[in-house]
Amino acid sequence: MSAARVETWLWLAQRGSAAVLAVAVAVHLAGIIFAVQGGLTAAEIAGRVGGSTAWAAFYGVFVVAATVHAPIGIRTVLSEMTALPPFSVNAVAALFAAMLLVSGFIAVAAVYQLGAA
Amino acid sequence: MAGTASETLSVSIWRGGAAGRFVAYQVPRRESQTVLDVVTFVQRRLDASLSYRFACRVGMCGSCAMTVNGKPRWTCRTHVSKVAKDGRLEIAPLRNLPVVKDLSVDMRTFFDKWTEAGGAFAPTATRADGFATIPPTDAKRRNADGGIECIGCGVCYSACDVVAWNPKYLGPAALNRAWTLVNDARDGAGAGRLLKVAGDAGCHACHSHEACREHCPKHLNPTAAIASLKRAVAVAALKGSL
Repeated sequence: MSAARVETWLWLAQRGSAAVLAVAVAVHLAGIIFAVQGGLTAAEIAGRVGGSTAWAAFYGVFVVAATVHAPIGIRTVLSEMTALPPFSVNAVAALFAAMLLVSGFIAVAAVYQLGAA
Repeated sequence: MAGTASETLSVSIWRGGAAGRFVAYQVPRRESQTVLDVVTFVQRRLDASLSYRFACRVGMCGSCAMTVNGKPRWTCRTHVSKVAKDGRLEIAPLRNLPVVKDLSVDMRTFFDKWTEAGGAFAPTATRADGFATIPPTDAKRRNADGGIECIGCGVCYSACDVVAWNPKYLGPAALNRAWTLVNDARDGAGAGRLLKVAGDAGCHACHSHEACREHCPKHLNPTAAIASLKRAVAVAALKGSL
């Protein structure tokens, strides 16, 4: 694939994931504001999102969108601000994506399992 | 008051190449004096070895751009009264281009990038064909109108931080030129030009800081042209024609 096609699809992926994140972050923040109304406790969080398939699906989408969005930006920052060669820049961005995806889903699974406890 | 012979300007001018230094001069203040007038006074009256570039003196040719008190400007249309309210001027060569000597920079990279961005018109008609009829109200004609008054002065290129970070970046002027041609109904470069502007140092590298729009002496908006190129390239990619 030519550099032009790669850059164009990455641009589209970052814009598309940004649109998903805009909604996801708004819902997440609204959830935080709602949750702290009666005081912030682990039991309240576990009771609300633990075991909830809907919340697990929502945060799953959140994790995927962040996994797509952030590494593309990291790739740009590294290529502009460091002397790393393109292969290394892409490798660091890919590793960052893998870290986000894995740690994100570990967190989603852990919160989901709180409901089963 | 400006215009009296007793008043003088304290002027620092960059001398030498990339490893040069600022040299101080005292220049008489005159009414309606431009920054180019100041540089010309220094060269003709104080130091004939000063190198700088100018031609038309009326804001048409785009050859006299310099960095004035830290900002890139066309010096022939920049009044001293606008930029040196405290009577001090610091005049340096344009940023992001190699210094040849003093205030003259090597513009080759700047114009080579116009070529790299597909800045050459690709004709589709022959001399046997009639004139293309394009109404002034045509949407694509209006898009082209928005960027076509560029005089190639390099001010936007000098103002652009992305060029400073990524020297391969095509820059605002070259991409603005490409956008005018994308909207030219007579041009036949099509997807070929979109491929040229969308590489790893092309339109997607723009961060929309709008320094180009802020500094353009012709009040053009290359940032908008580049954003439009991003959309055009994305649409072409989604349609499978890129």
